[in-house]
Amino acid sequence: MKQTEGMTLIVKTVTRISVWMILLYGLYIILHGHISPGGGFAGGVIIALAFLNVMLAYGRGFIKRWVNIGFLHDIESSSAALFLAMGILGMAVGGGFLANFISHGKLFHLLSAGTIPILNIVIAAKVSMGLFVVVWTLSVFHLDKGGKK
Amino acid sequence: MIVYILCFALFLVGIYGALTKRDLIKIILSIGIMGYAVNLMFILFAYKTGASFAILTKEGINTNMVDPLPQALILTSIVIELGITALLVTLAIRLFEKYKTFDITKIRRLSG
Amino acid sequence: MILPFLIIIPLLAAFLITLISGEKDNWAIVLSILAVISLLALSIFSFFTTGNDTFIYEMSGWKIPLTICLVQDAFSTFMLVIVNLIALTSLMFSVSYIKHYSGTWKYYALFMLMITGMNGVIATGDIFNLFVFMEIALFSAYALVAFGGKAEEYEAAFKYAIMGSISSTLILMGIGILYATTSTLTMANIAAILPTKDPRIMYWVGAIFLAGFGLKSAVMPFHAWLPDAHSSAPAPISAMLSGVLIKALGIYVIIRFFFNVLGAPQIFLTLFMILGSISIIVASYLALGQWDLKRLLAYSSISQIGFILLGLGIGTKLAILGAVFHIFNHAIFKSLLFYNSGSVEMALGTRDLRKMGNLKDAMPVTSTTSMIASLSVAGLPPFNGFFSKLIIIIAAVQASHVGYAIIAVIGSLLTLAYFMKVQRYGFRGNDIIEKPEVSISTGMKSAMIILAILCIVSSALIIPGIREVTLDPVVSVIMNKTGYIYEVLGR
Repeated sequence: MKQTEGMTLIVKTVTRISVWMILLYGLYIILHGHISPGGGFAGGVIIALAFLNVMLAYGRGFIKRWVNIGFLHDIESSSAALFLAMGILGMAVGGGFLANFISHGKLFHLLSAGTIPILNIVIAAKVSMGLFVVVWTLSVFHLDKGGKK
Repeated sequence: MIVYILCFALFLVGIYGALTKRDLIKIILSIGIMGYAVNLMFILFAYKTGASFAILTKEGINTNMVDPLPQALILTSIVIELGITALLVTLAIRLFEKYKTFDITKIRRLSG
Repeated sequence: MILPFLIIIPLLAAFLITLISGEKDNWAIVLSILAVISLLALSIFSFFTTGNDTFIYEMSGWKIPLTICLVQDAFSTFMLVIVNLIALTSLMFSVSYIKHYSGTWKYYALFMLMITGMNGVIATGDIFNLFVFMEIALFSAYALVAFGGKAEEYEAAFKYAIMGSISSTLILMGIGILYATTSTLTMANIAAILPTKDPRIMYWVGAIFLAGFGLKSAVMPFHAWLPDAHSSAPAPISAMLSGVLIKALGIYVIIRFFFNVLGAPQIFLTLFMILGSISIIVASYLALGQWDLKRLLAYSSISQIGFILLGLGIGTKLAILGAVFHIFNHAIFKSLLFYNSGSVEMALGTRDLRKMGNLKDAMPVTSTTSMIASLSVAGLPPFNGFFSKLIIIIAAVQASHVGYAIIAVIGSLLTLAYFMKVQRYGFRGNDIIEKPEVSISTGMKSAMIILAILCIVSSALIIPGIREVTLDPVVSVIMNKTGYIYEVLGR
């Protein structure tokens, strides 16, 4: 790794420890989306910010080795397709597009509210990957010299 | 009433910036300000003094609550604005690559 | 039950394209063509099964004030047929036109998203949902205008995106005011509750929406973005933007909102007539001075939108018939003209009319179909443009708006003049052009031929027997005004 890539050692060390906590908090927000304020979108943004933290601290090259950007693209598109599939399933099983066809369960339990937790997870995958890929794409712009002619 | 007037003033600030500024980035920021003013207006419409958030609590249903629908609406509109802003920034970067300037008066290859 | 699939299919196609398609394979083309063919079949089927009925689809099993509903009536299915018909020909044209760009699968994914947005705007009965779909369509339109990657295209896309964002913010503000007044977002409920409130609110919201959707449909004082965006985009996208996007997002919503929700107050109808006639005259005059073929066509679009708006403003049954017919006709001949300009640009590498010449031998299909389209847009019998303009003019005279009728006549004469210029310099000039090095593919040719045949055949829509099953239900939905409430809410 080149010395110039990324930020100083302090930032890198703090990031290495804190990024997992950020990811955990994001997961918490997503999984409790149907019980408390928050949900797929907010949690997804938090997860995207964890990835961005790594990118800022360690530099773009590290991210490129650490995760496969094409794979993130695929997660994003497939989560959108999954969301649609849930909608169509609701159409087939329940009363209409995106109908909540699973039993609602008991209030304030983690496994309740039918399809909403599943949709929250799908939305979180879409939002986190989408937001990260957008910022990644913006950040690599001046890397390709002078753009395509 | 004063909050609505201030909110509208914020909207006018945005539209003034979008129409008069010459820097691409400042125009994008002005568009953002316009959007925020409208989002704020939605929240002000839903606001009720002394009311609390609109979710079920363990004590039962909260009867004195603010209108939750505009909050869901502005969440959607924030996502849309995020997308538009990202696209505008991308276009601004590309324009800078081509014209080597952010000044909108110098980006004039189209006319008529 | 058909309507949700008109949104689901293109959306699914868009995501599948981004998922499985790569640089080298043809999955994107196959998927998008399949999706659009099924969309066209579904929309034609739903148009002919709807008739004078109204069907409601309520999302997620909830009932109407709580959920988003899709409204299927003659007008929405009519617009769906137009959108998907032009989309199919545009895709046929795209396949070989877009081949030379890099990352073509992104083009098809964005194209599918644009269709999703337009179908959604047309199908939905919920005003915020309409806003969301509108943004989806516009977002992909901005990206598609910039797809070619030249400096002019980025510039036009930036201008378009700024104007689009301002108008979307205005529309969102109008939606906020409507929600604060009526506490509902379903358009039928808004229509039912709004008359009981302060009438000033209706005028405020109407003014805001007229500015917002006027910007989308590029009516004359709000037109500045259109000539740049429509002339810089790739030709099939220009055809989509000029042919259907400004109608689905602009004119359709204006009709739905001002006629079915507000009940067509006279002050707005008068405004429509004034804005329409300004658009007709000024845009025709500006088009007359253009030498860039696509720019000329873009100005011509503004002027033809003026005709539609004039017809709407007159507001009689006959005038609405003319306006609805002109929506259909304009979609067909303007798309065809943009395909012509695209194939000329591909073969000769120029859009400047002065550098073109006699293309009769070099490109027989392009030159013949461009002649048909030009005569059609200029309003010569027996082509479809003649009948719709004639109906609008007759309706203006009948409603004793003789001044507006004269403006419409002058507008069509100016249209004839600048399309004579296109034919004289562009396609039938003095210098004979030898065989161009780039040949036009079969897909492009067949797209042009299909639309050229439709230019002639669709004149038949005006024959009474056919009109009663095609145009008349559409007109009766619009003329039913706030009867929309009873159709949708069922009370």
